[in-house]
Amino acid sequence: MQLYGTEIASRLMLGTAQYPSPHVLAEAFRRSGAGIATVSVRREAGGERAGAAFWDLVRELGVALLPNTAGCHSVREAVTTAQMARELFDTNWIKLEVIGHADTLQPDPFGLVEAARILSEDGFRVFPYTTEDVVLAERLLAAGCEVLMPWGAPIGTGLGLTNIYGLRTLRAQFPEVPMVIDAGLGLPSQAAMALEMGFDAVLLNTAVAKAGDPAGMAEGFARAVEAGRLAFEADPMEPREMAAPSTPVIGKAFLA
Amino acid sequence: MKIMINGTATEVGAETLDAILAELGYGDAKLATAVNEDFVPATARADTRLAPGDRVEIVTPRQGG
Repeated sequence: MQLYGTEIASRLMLGTAQYPSPHVLAEAFRRSGAGIATVSVRREAGGERAGAAFWDLVRELGVALLPNTAGCHSVREAVTTAQMARELFDTNWIKLEVIGHADTLQPDPFGLVEAARILSEDGFRVFPYTTEDVVLAERLLAAGCEVLMPWGAPIGTGLGLTNIYGLRTLRAQFPEVPMVIDAGLGLPSQAAMALEMGFDAVLLNTAVAKAGDPAGMAEGFARAVEAGRLAFEADPMEPREMAAPSTPVIGKAFLA
Repeated sequence: MKIMINGTATEVGAETLDAILAELGYGDAKLATAVNEDFVPATARADTRLAPGDRVEIVTPRQGG
C-alpha cells in the first residue's frame, strides 16, 4: 500500500492514546504489526518530561508517525497545530481533524476543506478525517488531499461501519484513492468488513487500548485486516437470494 | 511582564521567546511554540520579542488517536 509515495507494509494503523501503561502500548504495537502510529501535541509545563518520555517510547516502536490535530475546532487552530506537529515530529504528514460537533465529534466539512487547502499548499501531506460524504471527498481531493480517512462511526463508539451504503458509494466513486477507515471500529470483524469492501486500511485506537487485553486485541485486528484484504483480492462470490446446492446433484443414489 | 503561558498568567523577566523558555525551565526539551495563535518556528524564537498579555503555547509530543 502506498500513501503519498511511501510504501506501507501493514494495513493496520494504530493510535497511541489510552493504554493502561507504556509497556502495554509497546506490546500492542508489536503484536499488531502496525506500520503507522498516530500521535498528538499537547501543552507541557517547564520542568515536566512527559513529552520526552513519550517521544522516547514512540521512537522505539520503529514505525512511521502520523501526528493529528485532534480536538481542533477551527481552521486556524488546526493549521497552527499542524505546523507545530511538523516541527516536533519532523514529518509533513498530518491527520487533519477539524471537529464540527461536540457530541458526535464529526468533522466540520467546511473548515476541513479550507484547512486541507492551506496545509496542502504549505507542503503538508494531508490525511483528512472525513465522513462518507462523496461531495466532501471530491472537495478534499481538489484541495490537495491524496488520501481520505472516512469514519466508520463516531470516534470512540466502537459501533463499526454504520453507513455501509455511503461507504460503498464513496469507495466506488474514487477507486484509485487510498482510503483508511478512521474511527468508530470496535471489533476485528468490523475491520475485516472494511477491508473486504475494498478500503485500503483501518486506523484504530480505543478498540485496542480499551480492550481487557490490548495486545491480544491488537493481534486479533491484525489477523482480521489480513483476512479482509485477502478476501477482497480474491474476488468474492456474488450473494444470491435462493439456495444453490454446492454438492453435485447428478449421480446422487436413488433411494426414495 | 505578565504573559499567558499555556493559558496561565505568568510573570517573566526575559523578553524574547527563547530566553523565556530558558527562564521557565524548558532547557533543551523537544517542544514547539505558538504566539497569539500563530506558529513560531524554533529558528525564529530568538527574534520573537513578546509584549505584556501575549499568549504563548508550548507543546510537546503526546499520545494521540
